[in-house]
Amino acid sequence: MTTSSESGEAPSAALRTEALEQLLTERGLIDSEIVDAFITNYETNVGPLNGAKVVAKAWTDPEYRRRLLADGTSAIKELGFGGPQGEHIVVVENTPTTHNVVVCTLCSCYPWPVLGLPPGWYKDPVYRARVVKEPRTVLSEMGLDLGDDVHITVRDSTSEVRWLVLPERPAGTEHLTEEELVPLVTRDAMVGVAKAAAA
Amino acid sequence: MTAPLDVDGTAAPPRANGELVFSAPWESRAFGMAVTLYEAGAFTWPQFQAALIARIAAWENAPDQNRPWSYYHHWLAALEDVLDEQGTISCDEVATRALTLAQRPAGHDHHH
Repeated sequence: MTTSSESGEAPSAALRTEALEQLLTERGLIDSEIVDAFITNYETNVGPLNGAKVVAKAWTDPEYRRRLLADGTSAIKELGFGGPQGEHIVVVENTPTTHNVVVCTLCSCYPWPVLGLPPGWYKDPVYRARVVKEPRTVLSEMGLDLGDDVHITVRDSTSEVRWLVLPERPAGTEHLTEEELVPLVTRDAMVGVAKAAAA
Repeated sequence: MTAPLDVDGTAAPPRANGELVFSAPWESRAFGMAVTLYEAGAFTWPQFQAALIARIAAWENAPDQNRPWSYYHHWLAALEDVLDEQGTISCDEVATRALTLAQRPAGHDHHH
């Protein structure tokens, strides 16, 4: 791996990060192995596959769906998904006439346990500003054209409410099992910038 | 944790869906330190969130709109702000240590 000591702002951030880690370690406030473990977990384990399992279960189990819409955090915990940014998850359902799309206008609040860390575009100032002002246009640019009869609600996530979209179950998937439905559920569908589609 | 399903669509874990979670090693360290400290009770998430919001707002409200956007620069600055505010580690200490690290002879600039 090459170092980036000659390029722009990166070295100062890299050096400050290293300096901070040294200071925190010297004072016994962190253990680098625990930091390593968190990083590995978010790089390899925690991702939208967790959310896909939640959605597939909600599509096939009406009682679970009811619990998920009533109390997202605890219904998600039933499947073993919890941890930082997993508190106060509120699930909203997309229907043929109502479409929810999620943003965090102030920073990057996102339900980590079910979606992993947010993608670059979700944190980008352009998406955060524009999806509030012109959601239909932004969604269309991202490949989702919604009819004029579909009402769009933009959900602004904060540390008090982290929104998760329960997408519509695609038509023609009635014969599929819960496990077979999981791969149809994408991260983008759970943020509300896409729909789940039959394979 | 349930047995892994064989899924390679866009719902696959972050590494497998073509989108890197972190674009440089220091970003992952900055992320990991914040989560570790939060889990250890060093600060609450709303405290960190407020600092992050303040950093992002300052960037967005600054007149020069040509600077590159780097989310983890704000993340790191927010972490430094929270620790500084609490008196845990001051921003000056971090700057001084970073300067010392910068003066290391070549070949010693890898994190271990």
